[in-house]
Amino acid sequence: MAILEIRNLTKSFGGIKAVDDVSVDVHENTLLGIIGPNGSGKTTFVNMITGFIRPDKGSVRFKGKELIGLTPYKITNMGIGRAFQMVKPFFHLPAFKNIIVPLSSDRVKATKGGGFGDKDAIALDILEEVGFERGSSVPYKTASVLPHGYLKRLELARLIALKAEVLILDELFSGLSIAEVTSIVPIIEKLLVEGKTIIMIEHRLKELFRIADNVIVFNFGKKIKEGKPKEILEDEEVKKAYLGVEV
Amino acid sequence: MVAAGLNLLIKKRDMAKENYRKERIDRCIKARSDDIYAISSKNEILYLLFPRVIPIAALGIIALISPLYWQKVIISACIFAMLAVSWDFLSSCGMLSLGQALFFGIGSYIAGILNHYLNLPFYITIPVATISGGLLSTILLLPVVRLRGIYFAMVTLILPLMLMRGIEATRIFGGNEGITGLSPFPNIWVELIIIITAMWVTLFALRRFISSDYGLIFVSIRDNDRATMASGINIYAFKAQALFIGSCICAFCGAFMTHSYMFTGIPVFTMEFSILPIAASAIGGIGSLAGPLLGAFVLVPLSEILREFGTLRVVFYGLVLVICVVALPEGIFHYLSRKYNEMERWVKIE
Repeated sequence: MAILEIRNLTKSFGGIKAVDDVSVDVHENTLLGIIGPNGSGKTTFVNMITGFIRPDKGSVRFKGKELIGLTPYKITNMGIGRAFQMVKPFFHLPAFKNIIVPLSSDRVKATKGGGFGDKDAIALDILEEVGFERGSSVPYKTASVLPHGYLKRLELARLIALKAEVLILDELFSGLSIAEVTSIVPIIEKLLVEGKTIIMIEHRLKELFRIADNVIVFNFGKKIKEGKPKEILEDEEVKKAYLGVEV
Repeated sequence: MVAAGLNLLIKKRDMAKENYRKERIDRCIKARSDDIYAISSKNEILYLLFPRVIPIAALGIIALISPLYWQKVIISACIFAMLAVSWDFLSSCGMLSLGQALFFGIGSYIAGILNHYLNLPFYITIPVATISGGLLSTILLLPVVRLRGIYFAMVTLILPLMLMRGIEATRIFGGNEGITGLSPFPNIWVELIIIITAMWVTLFALRRFISSDYGLIFVSIRDNDRATMASGINIYAFKAQALFIGSCICAFCGAFMTHSYMFTGIPVFTMEFSILPIAASAIGGIGSLAGPLLGAFVLVPLSEILREFGTLRVVFYGLVLVICVVALPEGIFHYLSRKYNEMERWVKIE
Protein backbone atom coordinates (compact mmCIF):
# COMPACT_ATOMS: atom_id res chain seq x y z
CA MET A 1 0.00 0.00 0.00
CA ALA A 2 1.16 3.48 -0.75
CA ILE A 3 2.13 5.61 2.25
CA LEU A 4 0.75 8.72 0.54
CA GLU A 5 -2.25 8.44 -1.78
CA ILE A 6 -2.89 11.67 -3.62
CA ARG A 7 -6.09 11.79 -5.64
CA ASN A 8 -7.40 14.43 -8.07
CA LEU A 9 -5.65 17.34 -6.38
CA THR A 10 -6.79 20.60 -7.99
CA LYS A 11 -6.12 24.24 -7.17
CA SER A 12 -6.91 27.38 -9.15
CA PHE A 13 -5.62 30.87 -8.50
CA GLY A 14 -8.09 33.16 -10.22
CA GLY A 15 -8.48 31.72 -13.69
CA ILE A 16 -5.19 29.85 -13.69
CA LYS A 17 -5.20 26.19 -12.81
CA ALA A 18 -2.00 25.92 -10.76
CA VAL A 19 -2.49 22.21 -10.15
CA ASP A 20 -4.95 20.33 -12.31
CA ASP A 21 -6.32 16.95 -11.27
CA VAL A 22 -3.08 15.31 -10.14
CA SER A 23 -3.09 11.80 -8.69
CA VAL A 24 0.05 10.11 -7.42
CA ASP A 25 0.89 7.17 -5.19
CA VAL A 26 4.02 7.54 -3.10
CA HIS A 27 5.30 4.20 -1.89
CA GLU A 28 7.02 3.67 1.40
CA ASN A 29 10.79 3.99 1.47
CA THR A 30 11.13 5.32 -2.07
CA LEU A 31 12.36 8.59 -3.42
CA LEU A 32 9.92 10.39 -5.66
CA GLY A 33 11.31 13.16 -7.81
CA ILE A 34 9.11 15.97 -9.08
CA ILE A 35 10.37 17.95 -12.05
CA GLY A 36 8.84 20.50 -14.33
CA PRO A 37 9.37 24.00 -15.71
CA ASN A 38 9.09 27.05 -13.45
CA GLY A 39 5.48 27.83 -12.56
CA SER A 40 4.24 24.36 -13.43
CA GLY A 41 2.68 23.89 -9.98
CA LYS A 42 5.24 21.79 -8.15
CA THR A 43 5.46 23.96 -5.06
CA THR A 44 1.69 24.50 -4.95
CA PHE A 45 1.30 20.72 -5.09
CA VAL A 46 3.61 20.31 -2.09
CA ASN A 47 1.92 23.20 -0.27
CA MET A 48 -1.39 21.37 -0.56
CA ILE A 49 0.03 18.12 0.82
CA THR A 50 1.54 19.94 3.82
CA GLY A 51 -1.56 21.99 4.52
CA PHE A 52 -0.24 25.44 3.68
CA ILE A 53 -2.75 25.76 0.83
CA ARG A 54 -6.20 24.23 0.82
CA PRO A 55 -7.03 22.53 -2.49
CA ASP A 56 -10.26 23.18 -4.38
CA LYS A 57 -10.74 19.49 -4.90
CA GLY A 58 -9.09 16.17 -4.19
CA SER A 59 -7.77 14.15 -1.31
CA VAL A 60 -4.43 13.29 0.26
CA ARG A 61 -4.29 10.20 2.43
CA PHE A 62 -1.32 9.47 4.66
CA LYS A 63 -1.40 5.84 5.86
CA GLY A 64 -5.13 5.93 5.13
CA LYS A 65 -5.80 9.15 7.06
CA GLU A 66 -7.16 12.17 5.23
CA LEU A 67 -4.87 15.23 5.40
CA ILE A 68 -6.96 17.83 3.60
CA GLY A 69 -8.43 20.27 6.07
CA LEU A 70 -5.75 19.77 8.69
CA THR A 71 -3.45 22.62 9.73
CA PRO A 72 0.25 22.48 8.78
CA TYR A 73 1.38 21.80 12.33
CA LYS A 74 -0.96 18.81 12.65
CA ILE A 75 0.26 17.37 9.37
CA THR A 76 3.85 17.90 10.47
CA ASN A 77 3.12 16.16 13.75
CA MET A 78 1.73 13.17 11.84
CA GLY A 79 5.18 12.72 10.32
CA ILE A 80 5.29 14.69 7.10
CA GLY A 81 8.21 17.11 7.22
CA ARG A 82 8.80 19.80 4.68
CA ALA A 83 11.85 21.85 3.72
CA PHE A 84 11.26 25.19 2.07
CA GLN A 85 12.63 26.29 -1.27
CA MET A 86 13.48 29.71 0.14
CA VAL A 87 15.38 28.83 3.29
CA LYS A 88 13.43 29.77 6.37
CA PRO A 89 15.72 29.49 9.37
CA PHE A 90 15.08 31.37 12.60
CA PHE A 91 17.57 34.11 11.84
CA HIS A 92 17.91 35.49 15.36
CA LEU A 93 18.69 32.11 16.90
CA PRO A 94 21.98 30.19 16.88
CA ALA A 95 21.99 27.22 14.51
CA PHE A 96 21.61 24.58 17.22
CA LYS A 97 18.74 26.52 18.82
CA ASN A 98 16.97 26.32 15.45
CA ILE A 99 16.78 22.57 16.01
CA ILE A 100 15.33 22.98 19.51
CA VAL A 101 12.11 24.26 17.93
CA PRO A 102 11.18 21.03 16.07
CA LEU A 103 12.47 19.06 19.06
CA SER A 104 9.77 20.84 21.10
CA SER A 105 6.97 19.70 18.79
CA ASP A 106 4.27 17.37 20.09
CA ARG A 107 5.51 14.59 17.84
CA VAL A 108 9.05 14.50 19.19
CA LYS A 109 7.92 15.10 22.76
CA ALA A 110 5.62 12.10 22.53
CA THR A 111 8.41 9.82 21.35
CA LYS A 112 10.81 10.94 24.05
CA GLY A 113 8.50 10.95 27.02
CA GLY A 114 7.86 14.66 26.89
CA GLY A 115 9.05 17.71 28.74
CA PHE A 116 11.39 20.53 27.99
CA GLY A 117 14.70 19.11 29.07
CA ASP A 118 18.22 19.75 27.97
CA LYS A 119 17.95 19.28 24.25
CA ASP A 120 21.16 21.04 23.24
CA ALA A 121 23.09 17.78 23.04
CA ILE A 122 20.48 16.14 20.80
CA ALA A 123 20.40 19.23 18.58
CA LEU A 124 24.19 19.20 18.20
CA ASP A 125 24.11 15.48 17.28
CA ILE A 126 21.57 16.13 14.53
CA LEU A 127 23.57 19.07 13.20
CA GLU A 128 26.67 16.90 13.06
CA GLU A 129 24.69 14.38 11.02
CA VAL A 130 23.98 16.98 8.34
CA GLY A 131 27.52 18.30 8.25
CA PHE A 132 27.90 21.01 10.87
CA GLU A 133 31.40 20.35 12.13
CA ARG A 134 31.25 19.36 15.76
CA GLY A 135 33.70 21.18 18.00
CA SER A 136 33.83 24.13 15.65
CA SER A 137 31.95 27.34 16.28
CA VAL A 138 29.59 26.77 13.33
CA PRO A 139 26.67 25.17 15.22
CA TYR A 140 26.76 28.06 17.72
CA LYS A 141 26.68 30.80 15.13
CA THR A 142 23.54 32.85 14.64
CA ALA A 143 21.63 31.61 11.61
CA SER A 144 21.74 35.04 9.96
CA VAL A 145 25.52 34.84 9.50
CA LEU A 146 25.62 31.28 8.14
CA PRO A 147 26.33 30.74 4.44
CA HIS A 148 23.57 29.45 2.17
CA GLY A 149 24.86 25.88 2.09
CA TYR A 150 24.59 25.56 5.85
CA LEU A 151 21.08 27.01 5.85
CA LYS A 152 19.99 24.29 3.41
CA ARG A 153 21.53 21.71 5.73
CA LEU A 154 19.69 23.34 8.59
CA GLU A 155 16.39 22.77 6.75
CA LEU A 156 17.30 19.10 6.41
CA ALA A 157 18.30 18.95 10.08
CA ARG A 158 14.88 20.30 11.04
CA LEU A 159 13.21 17.37 9.28
CA ILE A 160 15.57 14.87 10.88
CA ALA A 161 14.83 16.38 14.30
CA LEU A 162 11.11 15.97 13.61
CA LYS A 163 11.67 12.26 12.94
CA ALA A 164 9.54 12.77 9.85
CA GLU A 165 8.55 9.63 7.97
CA VAL A 166 7.91 11.49 4.75
CA LEU A 167 10.40 14.22 3.91
CA ILE A 168 9.39 16.73 1.28
CA LEU A 169 12.40 18.63 -0.01
CA ASP A 170 11.56 21.64 -2.15
CA GLU A 171 14.58 22.41 -4.35
CA LEU A 172 17.07 21.51 -1.67
CA PHE A 173 19.97 21.71 -4.13
CA SER A 174 19.16 25.12 -5.59
CA GLY A 175 21.94 27.63 -5.13
CA LEU A 176 24.44 25.01 -3.99
CA SER A 177 27.80 24.25 -5.57
CA ILE A 178 28.46 20.81 -7.04
CA ALA A 179 30.74 20.04 -4.09
CA GLU A 180 27.98 20.95 -1.65
CA VAL A 181 25.42 18.85 -3.50
CA THR A 182 27.73 15.83 -3.54
CA SER A 183 28.15 16.17 0.21
CA ILE A 184 24.40 16.33 0.83
CA VAL A 185 23.43 13.40 -1.44
CA PRO A 186 24.87 10.80 1.01
CA ILE A 187 22.74 12.28 3.80
CA ILE A 188 19.63 11.74 1.67
CA GLU A 189 20.74 8.23 0.77
CA LYS A 190 21.27 7.48 4.45
CA LEU A 191 17.72 8.66 5.20
CA LEU A 192 16.45 6.24 2.56
CA VAL A 193 18.39 3.39 4.15
CA GLU A 194 16.76 4.32 7.47
CA GLY A 195 13.39 3.66 5.82
CA LYS A 196 12.21 7.21 5.18
CA THR A 197 10.10 8.22 2.22
CA ILE A 198 11.33 11.24 0.33
CA ILE A 199 9.68 13.58 -2.17
CA MET A 200 12.09 15.90 -3.93
CA ILE A 201 11.28 18.83 -6.16
CA GLU A 202 14.43 19.44 -8.10
CA HIS A 203 15.89 21.25 -11.08
CA ARG A 204 19.28 19.55 -10.78
CA LEU A 205 18.24 16.55 -12.86
CA LYS A 206 21.58 14.78 -12.97
CA GLU A 207 21.81 14.47 -9.21
CA LEU A 208 18.10 13.73 -8.84
CA PHE A 209 17.95 10.97 -11.45
CA ARG A 210 20.86 9.21 -9.79
CA ILE A 211 18.96 8.74 -6.51
CA ALA A 212 15.27 8.82 -7.52
CA ASP A 213 13.16 5.66 -7.70
CA ASN A 214 10.26 7.34 -9.49
CA VAL A 215 9.89 10.66 -11.20
CA ILE A 216 6.78 12.63 -12.10
CA VAL A 217 6.80 15.52 -14.55
CA PHE A 218 4.60 18.61 -14.21
CA ASN A 219 3.67 20.99 -16.99
CA PHE A 220 1.04 23.74 -16.71
CA GLY A 221 -0.30 22.16 -13.52
CA LYS A 222 -0.84 18.76 -15.10
CA LYS A 223 1.08 15.59 -14.44
CA ILE A 224 2.26 14.73 -17.91
CA LYS A 225 4.39 11.71 -17.14
CA GLU A 226 5.26 9.28 -14.38
CA GLY A 227 7.91 6.60 -14.43
CA LYS A 228 11.43 5.45 -13.69
CA PRO A 229 14.15 8.07 -14.24
CA LYS A 230 15.33 6.20 -17.31
CA GLU A 231 11.91 6.18 -18.93
CA ILE A 232 11.50 9.89 -18.23
CA LEU A 233 14.78 10.70 -19.89
CA GLU A 234 13.76 8.84 -23.02
CA ASP A 235 10.25 10.24 -23.20
CA GLU A 236 9.66 12.53 -26.19
CA GLU A 237 6.83 14.54 -24.57
CA VAL A 238 8.95 15.32 -21.51
CA LYS A 239 11.85 16.38 -23.66
CA LYS A 240 9.64 18.73 -25.58
CA ALA A 241 7.89 20.20 -22.53
CA TYR A 242 10.76 20.63 -20.21
CA LEU A 243 14.17 19.37 -21.03
CA GLY A 244 14.29 21.03 -24.42
CA VAL A 245 17.65 19.54 -25.20
CA GLU A 246 19.02 16.12 -24.45
CA VAL A 247 20.46 15.65 -20.98
CA MET B 1 23.42 70.62 9.89
CA VAL B 2 23.26 67.87 12.47
CA ALA B 3 24.50 65.40 9.88
CA ALA B 4 27.42 67.68 8.96
CA GLY B 5 28.32 67.97 12.62
CA LEU B 6 28.22 64.23 13.05
CA ASN B 7 30.41 63.75 9.99
CA LEU B 8 32.94 66.17 11.42
CA LEU B 9 32.97 64.24 14.66
CA ILE B 10 33.51 60.93 12.88
CA LYS B 11 36.33 62.45 10.80
CA LYS B 12 38.02 63.80 13.91
CA ARG B 13 37.74 60.42 15.59
CA ASP B 14 39.24 58.63 12.58
CA MET B 15 42.12 61.08 12.40
CA ALA B 16 42.82 60.52 16.04
CA LYS B 17 42.96 56.80 15.41
CA GLU B 18 46.11 57.11 13.30
CA ASN B 19 48.23 57.20 16.41
CA TYR B 20 46.29 54.48 18.10
CA ARG B 21 46.16 50.73 17.93
CA LYS B 22 43.54 48.20 18.93
CA GLU B 23 44.08 46.23 22.09
CA ARG B 24 42.12 43.25 23.32
CA ILE B 25 40.60 43.68 26.73
CA ASP B 26 40.42 40.69 28.97
CA ARG B 27 36.77 40.73 30.00
CA CYS B 28 37.18 37.60 32.10
CA ILE B 29 34.70 35.56 30.13
CA LYS B 30 36.65 33.67 27.52
CA ALA B 31 34.56 30.62 26.92
CA ARG B 32 31.41 32.28 25.74
CA SER B 33 29.15 31.22 22.96
CA ASP B 34 25.85 32.92 22.31
CA ASP B 35 24.21 31.76 25.47
CA ILE B 36 26.65 29.66 27.41
CA TYR B 37 28.48 31.43 30.18
CA ALA B 38 31.31 29.73 31.96
CA ILE B 39 31.46 31.30 35.38
CA SER B 40 34.48 30.23 37.31
CA SER B 41 35.88 33.24 39.12
CA LYS B 42 34.85 36.16 41.28
CA ASN B 43 35.69 38.58 38.49
CA GLU B 44 33.33 36.88 36.09
CA ILE B 45 30.50 36.94 38.60
CA LEU B 46 31.14 40.65 39.17
CA TYR B 47 31.22 41.23 35.42
CA LEU B 48 27.77 39.69 35.07
CA LEU B 49 26.29 41.18 38.24
CA PHE B 50 27.48 44.75 37.76
CA PRO B 51 25.01 45.83 35.04
CA ARG B 52 22.16 44.18 36.92
CA VAL B 53 22.81 45.23 40.50
CA ILE B 54 23.74 48.86 39.81
CA PRO B 55 20.41 49.88 38.22
CA ILE B 56 18.44 48.08 40.93
CA ALA B 57 20.42 49.76 43.71
CA ALA B 58 20.38 53.15 41.99
CA LEU B 59 16.62 53.15 41.52
CA GLY B 60 16.12 52.04 45.12
CA ILE B 61 18.29 54.85 46.49
CA ILE B 62 16.76 57.50 44.25
CA ALA B 63 13.26 56.39 45.27
CA LEU B 64 14.30 56.58 48.92
CA ILE B 65 15.71 60.12 48.88
CA SER B 66 13.38 61.78 46.36
CA PRO B 67 10.67 64.23 47.42
CA LEU B 68 7.08 63.05 47.14
CA TYR B 69 6.52 64.62 43.72
CA TRP B 70 9.47 62.76 42.19
CA GLN B 71 8.47 59.56 43.94
CA LYS B 72 5.20 59.83 42.04
CA VAL B 73 7.19 60.34 38.85
CA ILE B 74 9.18 57.18 39.58
CA ILE B 75 5.92 55.25 40.04
CA SER B 76 4.66 56.57 36.73
CA ALA B 77 7.97 55.66 35.05
CA CYS B 78 7.76 52.15 36.49
CA ILE B 79 4.24 51.74 35.10
CA PHE B 80 5.30 52.87 31.64
CA ALA B 81 8.44 50.74 31.88
CA MET B 82 6.30 47.65 32.52
CA LEU B 83 4.00 48.54 29.63
CA ALA B 84 7.05 48.95 27.41
CA VAL B 85 8.56 45.65 28.55
CA SER B 86 5.24 43.97 27.81
CA TRP B 87 5.15 45.61 24.36
CA ASP B 88 8.66 44.42 23.62
CA PHE B 89 7.80 40.91 24.80
CA LEU B 90 4.80 40.78 22.46
CA SER B 91 6.90 42.10 19.59
CA SER B 92 9.53 39.43 20.33
CA CYS B 93 6.74 36.93 19.72
CA GLY B 94 5.83 38.50 16.39
CA MET B 95 2.82 40.45 17.62
CA LEU B 96 2.97 44.15 16.85
CA SER B 97 0.62 45.71 19.37
CA LEU B 98 -0.69 49.25 19.19
CA GLY B 99 -3.08 48.61 22.03
CA GLN B 100 -1.30 48.34 25.35
CA ALA B 101 -4.07 50.72 26.49
CA LEU B 102 -6.59 47.90 25.96
CA PHE B 103 -4.88 45.56 28.43
CA PHE B 104 -4.10 48.45 30.74
CA GLY B 105 -7.64 49.79 30.70
CA ILE B 106 -9.27 46.41 31.24
CA GLY B 107 -7.07 45.78 34.28
CA SER B 108 -7.83 49.24 35.59
CA TYR B 109 -11.59 48.87 35.19
CA ILE B 110 -11.69 45.42 36.78
CA ALA B 111 -9.79 46.70 39.83
CA GLY B 112 -11.99 49.78 40.01
CA ILE B 113 -15.23 47.81 39.77
CA LEU B 114 -14.15 45.24 42.35
CA ASN B 115 -13.12 47.99 44.74
CA HIS B 116 -16.10 50.25 44.21
CA TYR B 117 -18.97 47.77 44.05
CA LEU B 118 -17.62 44.93 46.22
CA ASN B 119 -15.38 46.98 48.55
CA LEU B 120 -12.47 44.60 48.08
CA PRO B 121 -9.06 45.82 49.30
CA PHE B 122 -6.16 46.44 46.90
CA TYR B 123 -4.30 43.23 47.80
CA ILE B 124 -7.24 41.28 46.38
CA THR B 125 -8.30 43.53 43.49
CA ILE B 126 -4.81 43.81 41.97
CA PRO B 127 -4.11 40.05 41.67
CA VAL B 128 -7.67 39.35 40.50
CA ALA B 129 -7.52 42.18 37.95
CA THR B 130 -4.12 40.98 36.72
CA ILE B 131 -5.25 37.45 35.96
CA SER B 132 -8.81 38.15 34.81
CA GLY B 133 -7.67 41.21 32.82
CA GLY B 134 -5.10 39.03 31.07
CA LEU B 135 -7.70 36.36 30.37
CA LEU B 136 -10.28 38.85 29.10
CA SER B 137 -7.78 40.59 26.80
CA THR B 138 -6.60 37.26 25.43
CA ILE B 139 -10.16 36.14 24.74
CA LEU B 140 -10.94 39.47 23.04
CA LEU B 141 -7.92 39.14 20.76
CA LEU B 142 -8.10 35.38 20.25
CA PRO B 143 -9.98 35.68 16.92
CA VAL B 144 -7.20 37.85 15.49
CA VAL B 145 -4.04 35.99 16.60
CA ARG B 146 -4.04 34.56 13.09
CA LEU B 147 -3.43 38.03 11.69
CA ARG B 148 0.11 39.23 11.23
CA GLY B 149 1.96 42.52 11.44
CA ILE B 150 -0.03 45.62 10.65
CA TYR B 151 -3.39 43.81 10.54
CA PHE B 152 -3.01 42.62 14.10
CA ALA B 153 -1.81 46.12 15.06
CA MET B 154 -4.92 47.71 13.55
CA VAL B 155 -7.25 45.56 15.63
CA THR B 156 -5.36 46.24 18.84
CA LEU B 157 -5.46 49.96 18.04
CA ILE B 158 -9.20 50.02 17.49
CA LEU B 159 -10.39 47.86 20.40
CA PRO B 160 -9.52 50.31 23.25
CA LEU B 161 -11.13 53.18 21.32
CA MET B 162 -14.27 51.06 20.86
CA LEU B 163 -14.40 50.24 24.58
CA MET B 164 -13.86 53.90 25.43
CA ARG B 165 -16.76 55.10 23.27
CA GLY B 166 -18.88 52.13 24.38
CA ILE B 167 -18.52 53.07 28.03
CA GLU B 168 -19.17 56.71 27.18
CA ALA B 169 -22.34 55.93 25.27
CA THR B 170 -23.88 53.32 27.59
CA ARG B 171 -22.85 55.20 30.76
CA ILE B 172 -21.95 51.96 32.52
CA PHE B 173 -19.33 52.02 35.30
CA GLY B 174 -19.65 55.75 35.79
CA GLY B 175 -19.67 56.56 32.10
CA ASN B 176 -17.77 59.72 31.28
CA GLU B 177 -16.92 60.54 34.89
CA GLY B 178 -15.54 57.13 35.67
CA ILE B 179 -15.33 55.66 39.15
CA THR B 180 -13.84 57.96 41.79
CA GLY B 181 -12.96 57.70 45.47
CA LEU B 182 -11.39 54.27 45.29
CA SER B 183 -9.37 53.08 48.26
CA PRO B 184 -5.73 54.22 48.09
CA PHE B 185 -2.58 52.40 49.19
CA PRO B 186 -1.74 52.84 52.90
CA ASN B 187 1.26 55.05 52.09
CA ILE B 188 3.73 55.97 49.36
CA TRP B 189 6.31 53.41 50.55
CA VAL B 190 3.96 50.47 50.00
CA GLU B 191 3.24 51.84 46.54
CA LEU B 192 6.94 52.22 45.69
CA ILE B 193 7.88 48.79 46.99
CA ILE B 194 5.07 47.04 45.08
CA ILE B 195 5.68 48.69 41.72
CA ILE B 196 9.49 48.62 41.79
CA THR B 197 9.57 44.97 42.85
CA ALA B 198 6.96 44.05 40.24
CA MET B 199 8.95 45.84 37.54
CA TRP B 200 12.26 44.11 38.26
CA VAL B 201 10.58 40.73 38.68
CA THR B 202 8.79 41.17 35.35
CA LEU B 203 11.97 42.18 33.55
CA PHE B 204 14.22 39.40 34.84
CA ALA B 205 11.55 36.72 34.70
CA LEU B 206 10.70 37.55 31.08
CA ARG B 207 14.36 37.75 30.07
CA ARG B 208 14.94 34.34 31.57
CA PHE B 209 11.77 32.95 30.08
CA ILE B 210 12.51 34.11 26.56
CA SER B 211 15.96 32.55 26.54
CA SER B 212 14.67 29.19 27.79
CA ASP B 213 13.87 26.37 25.37
CA TYR B 214 10.19 27.15 25.80
CA GLY B 215 10.64 30.88 25.20
CA LEU B 216 12.73 30.09 22.16
CA ILE B 217 9.59 29.03 20.34
CA PHE B 218 8.13 32.53 20.77
CA VAL B 219 11.21 34.05 19.15
CA SER B 220 11.04 31.51 16.34
CA ILE B 221 7.45 32.56 15.60
CA ARG B 222 8.61 36.15 15.14
CA ASP B 223 11.51 35.04 12.94
CA ASN B 224 9.41 32.83 10.73
CA ASP B 225 5.92 31.63 11.54
CA ARG B 226 5.65 29.29 8.54
CA ALA B 227 8.84 27.47 9.43
CA THR B 228 7.63 27.20 13.03
CA MET B 229 4.41 25.61 11.79
CA ALA B 230 6.48 23.28 9.62
CA SER B 231 8.36 22.33 12.78
CA GLY B 232 5.16 20.92 14.22
CA ILE B 233 4.42 23.81 16.57
CA ASN B 234 0.88 25.11 17.06
CA ILE B 235 1.80 28.77 16.70
CA TYR B 236 -1.67 30.04 17.59
CA ALA B 237 -1.56 28.34 20.97
CA PHE B 238 1.83 29.87 21.64
CA LYS B 239 0.73 33.30 20.46
CA ALA B 240 -2.25 33.13 22.79
CA GLN B 241 0.08 32.28 25.68
CA ALA B 242 2.32 35.22 24.83
CA LEU B 243 -0.73 37.45 24.63
CA PHE B 244 -1.85 36.29 28.06
CA ILE B 245 1.56 36.95 29.62
CA GLY B 246 1.87 40.34 27.95
CA SER B 247 -1.64 41.49 28.84
CA CYS B 248 -1.33 40.27 32.44
CA ILE B 249 1.61 42.63 32.90
CA CYS B 250 -0.37 45.56 31.49
CA ALA B 251 -3.48 44.66 33.48
CA PHE B 252 -1.37 44.68 36.63
CA CYS B 253 -0.16 48.19 35.78
CA GLY B 254 -3.72 49.31 35.18
CA ALA B 255 -4.98 47.87 38.45
CA PHE B 256 -2.05 49.39 40.31
CA MET B 257 -2.61 52.83 38.85
CA THR B 258 -6.32 52.69 39.67
CA HIS B 259 -5.48 52.42 43.36
CA SER B 260 -2.62 54.86 43.12
CA TYR B 261 -4.80 57.58 41.56
CA MET B 262 -7.94 56.39 43.38
CA PHE B 263 -9.72 56.69 40.04
CA THR B 264 -10.63 54.76 36.93
CA GLY B 265 -12.43 56.04 33.87
CA ILE B 266 -12.24 56.24 30.11
CA PRO B 267 -8.85 58.08 30.12
CA VAL B 268 -7.24 54.68 30.86
CA PHE B 269 -7.98 53.68 27.26
CA THR B 270 -6.21 56.72 25.75
CA MET B 271 -3.52 56.39 23.12
CA GLU B 272 -0.85 57.60 25.56
CA PHE B 273 -0.68 54.16 27.14
CA SER B 274 -0.25 52.54 23.72
CA ILE B 275 2.19 54.95 22.10
CA LEU B 276 4.56 55.89 24.92
CA PRO B 277 5.65 52.26 25.47
CA ILE B 278 6.51 52.03 21.77
CA ALA B 279 8.48 55.29 21.89
CA ALA B 280 10.28 54.02 25.00
CA SER B 281 11.12 50.78 23.19
CA ALA B 282 12.35 52.65 20.13
CA ILE B 283 14.80 54.85 22.00
CA GLY B 284 15.73 52.18 24.56
CA GLY B 285 16.36 49.39 22.09
CA ILE B 286 13.83 46.87 20.80
CA GLY B 287 14.32 43.19 21.45
CA SER B 288 16.21 43.27 24.72
CA LEU B 289 13.33 43.82 27.18
CA ALA B 290 15.75 45.88 29.31
CA GLY B 291 15.99 48.54 26.61
CA PRO B 292 12.30 49.56 26.72
CA LEU B 293 12.56 49.79 30.51
CA LEU B 294 15.53 52.11 30.18
CA GLY B 295 13.66 54.09 27.54
CA ALA B 296 10.69 54.61 29.84
CA PHE B 297 13.03 55.88 32.56
CA VAL B 298 14.40 58.42 30.09
CA LEU B 299 11.08 59.57 28.62
CA VAL B 300 8.87 59.87 31.70
CA PRO B 301 11.25 62.00 33.84
CA LEU B 302 12.15 64.01 30.73
CA SER B 303 8.50 64.84 30.22
CA GLU B 304 8.37 66.10 33.84
CA ILE B 305 11.53 68.20 33.49
CA LEU B 306 10.14 69.82 30.34
CA ARG B 307 6.94 70.79 32.13
CA GLU B 308 8.17 74.35 32.81
CA PHE B 309 8.35 75.04 29.07
CA GLY B 310 4.57 75.05 28.95
CA THR B 311 3.21 74.55 25.47
CA LEU B 312 6.71 74.22 24.02
CA ARG B 313 7.09 71.03 26.05
CA VAL B 314 6.01 68.78 23.20
CA VAL B 315 8.47 70.47 20.84
CA PHE B 316 11.47 69.80 23.08
CA TYR B 317 10.17 66.35 23.90
CA GLY B 318 9.93 65.54 20.20
CA LEU B 319 13.36 67.00 19.57
CA VAL B 320 14.97 64.76 22.19
CA LEU B 321 13.15 61.76 20.70
CA VAL B 322 14.41 62.55 17.20
CA ILE B 323 17.97 63.13 18.37
CA CYS B 324 17.93 59.83 20.28
CA VAL B 325 16.63 57.89 17.30
CA VAL B 326 19.04 59.53 14.82
CA ALA B 327 22.14 59.34 17.02
CA LEU B 328 21.49 55.87 18.46
CA PRO B 329 19.23 54.03 16.03
CA GLU B 330 20.01 50.72 17.71
CA GLY B 331 18.74 52.08 21.04
CA ILE B 332 20.43 53.25 24.20
CA PHE B 333 20.51 49.83 25.78
CA HIS B 334 22.08 48.05 22.81
CA TYR B 335 24.69 50.80 22.63
CA LEU B 336 25.57 50.53 26.31
CA SER B 337 25.58 46.75 26.20
CA ARG B 338 27.87 46.75 23.17
CA LYS B 339 30.28 49.14 24.88
CA TYR B 340 30.21 47.13 28.09
CA ASN B 341 30.83 43.81 26.40
CA GLU B 342 33.37 45.18 23.94
CA MET B 343 36.46 43.07 23.72
CA GLU B 344 38.69 45.70 22.13
CA ARG B 345 39.66 49.29 22.76
CA TRP B 346 41.90 51.94 21.22
CA VAL B 347 45.19 52.66 22.97
CA LYS B 348 47.77 55.29 22.10
CA ILE B 349 51.03 54.19 20.49
CA GLU B 350 53.92 55.46 22.52
